[in-house]
Amino acid sequence: MPLWTLIGLWDGKQTVPWPLADGENGQTGLLGMPRYHPELCKQDCQACADACPTQAITMKMTGEAGRRLKVDYGRCVVCQLCTEACPTGAMASSQEWAFGVREREDLVWRDRRTAGVAGDDKRRKAFRRSLHIRHVDAGSCNGCESELQALNNPFYNLHRLGIFFTASPRFADLLLVTGPVTYAMLNPLRATYDAMPEPRWVMAVGTCAVSGGVAEGGYSCGHGLEGVLPVDVYLPGCPPNPAAIIHALMMFLNRMPQRVQGGQLVE
Amino acid sequence: MQMGYAWYPEPNRLELRYVVTEPDQYLFGIWRCEPRGPVPSLAGIWPLMGWHEREISDLFGIEFVDHPQPHRLVLHDGVNPIRPPFDPAYPQDTALQAEPTKQSIPEIAGAEADVQLLPFGPVRADVVESGEFIFFYIGEAILHYHPRLFFKHRGMEKRFEGLPAERGVVLAERVSGVGSVAHALAYCQAVEAAANCAVPPRAQFFRVLLAELERLYNHLHYLGHLCHTTTLKVGEAEGKLLEERAKQLNARLTGSRFLRSILTIGGLRRDLSPKGWLGPELEALREAYSIYARHLENTDSHLDRLITTGKLNRRVAFDQGATGPVDRASGLDRDLRRDHPYAAYGNLPLAVAVREAGDAHARAQVRMAEIDASIALMQRALLLLPDGPIRSEYSISPRSEGLGWSESPRGTLFYAVHFDGEGKLARVKIKSPSFSNWRVFPHTVHDSNMMDYAINEASFGLTIAGCDR
Repeated sequence: MPLWTLIGLWDGKQTVPWPLADGENGQTGLLGMPRYHPELCKQDCQACADACPTQAITMKMTGEAGRRLKVDYGRCVVCQLCTEACPTGAMASSQEWAFGVREREDLVWRDRRTAGVAGDDKRRKAFRRSLHIRHVDAGSCNGCESELQALNNPFYNLHRLGIFFTASPRFADLLLVTGPVTYAMLNPLRATYDAMPEPRWVMAVGTCAVSGGVAEGGYSCGHGLEGVLPVDVYLPGCPPNPAAIIHALMMFLNRMPQRVQGGQLVE
Repeated sequence: MQMGYAWYPEPNRLELRYVVTEPDQYLFGIWRCEPRGPVPSLAGIWPLMGWHEREISDLFGIEFVDHPQPHRLVLHDGVNPIRPPFDPAYPQDTALQAEPTKQSIPEIAGAEADVQLLPFGPVRADVVESGEFIFFYIGEAILHYHPRLFFKHRGMEKRFEGLPAERGVVLAERVSGVGSVAHALAYCQAVEAAANCAVPPRAQFFRVLLAELERLYNHLHYLGHLCHTTTLKVGEAEGKLLEERAKQLNARLTGSRFLRSILTIGGLRRDLSPKGWLGPELEALREAYSIYARHLENTDSHLDRLITTGKLNRRVAFDQGATGPVDRASGLDRDLRRDHPYAAYGNLPLAVAVREAGDAHARAQVRMAEIDASIALMQRALLLLPDGPIRSEYSISPRSEGLGWSESPRGTLFYAVHFDGEGKLARVKIKSPSFSNWRVFPHTVHDSNMMDYAINEASFGLTIAGCDR
């Protein structure tokens, strides 16, 4: 045992300074949500909508002006097929992954950005430096769990931010849900929520939990948390990387700003 | 025997398929049967067929006569669909409804007052997948253990139906997140077998590289998690840090920490450029890992908890269908990469690690040896990486079918793919390694003790998503 203590000391601090300081966050090369450039979009082309497996991109009729794209990042599984199908670069691959938002509408691309809702909930203030999370897997593919588990590795070291996973929903402030909510997990999920003390919040992690993802519908799955629980933070991604999860949690605590509004990055 | 599944060649014609290994044959044998009424169960001859038949019963409504465990498996008690979900007449997009009922549990003989029952789950401690485990125990001793899975059953196989072939890759990558490459690869190879498509050599080598990168981060996670259960805290931190480094390499190479969005039917979606940097990075990782592994193997407190824990003997492993490192730790020398080579595995030397002890330590040792073998294999693949195209064209002929397989980090994975008259997917069957190993696992838990349970479970390295689908 002393040997391991020595090894630990020898290796020194392995944690990245981010998000408490600027710099490296370990996501080099990672492809995020495709960025939509409507100005490059060709009329009467719907290659991206045809390629999209989850209807994140659909054609919307807008009166006589014809059709235009509706881009919903809450449905995007980051498969990058649209970026390969697009002939003009209007759907371009990007490294934007910090897509945690408070309102579902902010994941849908729109022309005009509205002013972001800042820390609306005063009750959250008390939790700024101590947040306890209960995670429930409602039928995920285990990708999201893998990244959630990574949060506690020495590189991200979530504890240092005062954010902890807890075993019992009785001690939890935030319910973090992954997966499209299968029929068999619906009741256990509701029971877990009911067991949480007030005030309590819900965070949907991963595209499955936000909107159902690739497994949506069918005989076994629902549409994520839609209509199941009231959601306070949405974080699409397939799966969202650990830095995106940290950002969304910090945003929930008003310790970092929301980066995305109306489906676009706030510069 | 590898697996069994059912499908509808026509809306009113049901067919059963059995996939079997034939001695010294590269291809797997396929047995067919068109049931007219109840079918004799094979579970008495091949115990591993027990789960396959129960799944077919639940989802297709076929009755198996003389089944030793004639209970539901995939669908829970309290679910009463009007028709089996895979019946062509099942109303589309009608979600099943679950009444909260207690599952019927086999009775345990003996004085009831002495035996305690602990139902644990489906929402368990820590960040883990959902599943319910039922323990019958007296004090520390577990008399009987009953895992209740399929809470996470998403009906993934059904989601493939009606899609064009290339769309299936996105789904296959998301059946088991930490097995994205293995699943996508087995799926692509099944379609390529159906379409008689030859994959260019450069893509074949990249496929090996991707599959081994996946094995690497999975096995590193496994070692870290095993330390977690033996409460070797620094060992856990070091193992998970190595896993993080491996995942970051994945992202640098492919843009995805899970190596997604790169495989496609006929090859790869785009070329990769590992030249010059990946080799040295892997070597650095290997050095760090070998120091870590050496320390693990010299830590008595860690080894004491592993040695003799969760012993699985060779006979049970074979009969119940254990696969992958679990199988190889019980003395069975089987590996699809060597025995039924795919991608570029036929051109690369592979050392298959086998241990005889069958305990948690043997399972860990097999994985440790596989990390070394994986890195050696990747370095070799990088060295021999040919130039050339990375993708070839293919066309699907109507009513074709194919079988694809890969040796995932957790064991053998099969995809059976059938196309309909329009060249769309008619049926996709997935046999995941965790489906096999979850069936085997309880055999090592009965008559063990509570303190060893978590260690034993971690030593199997199971995923629930892969099993439940």
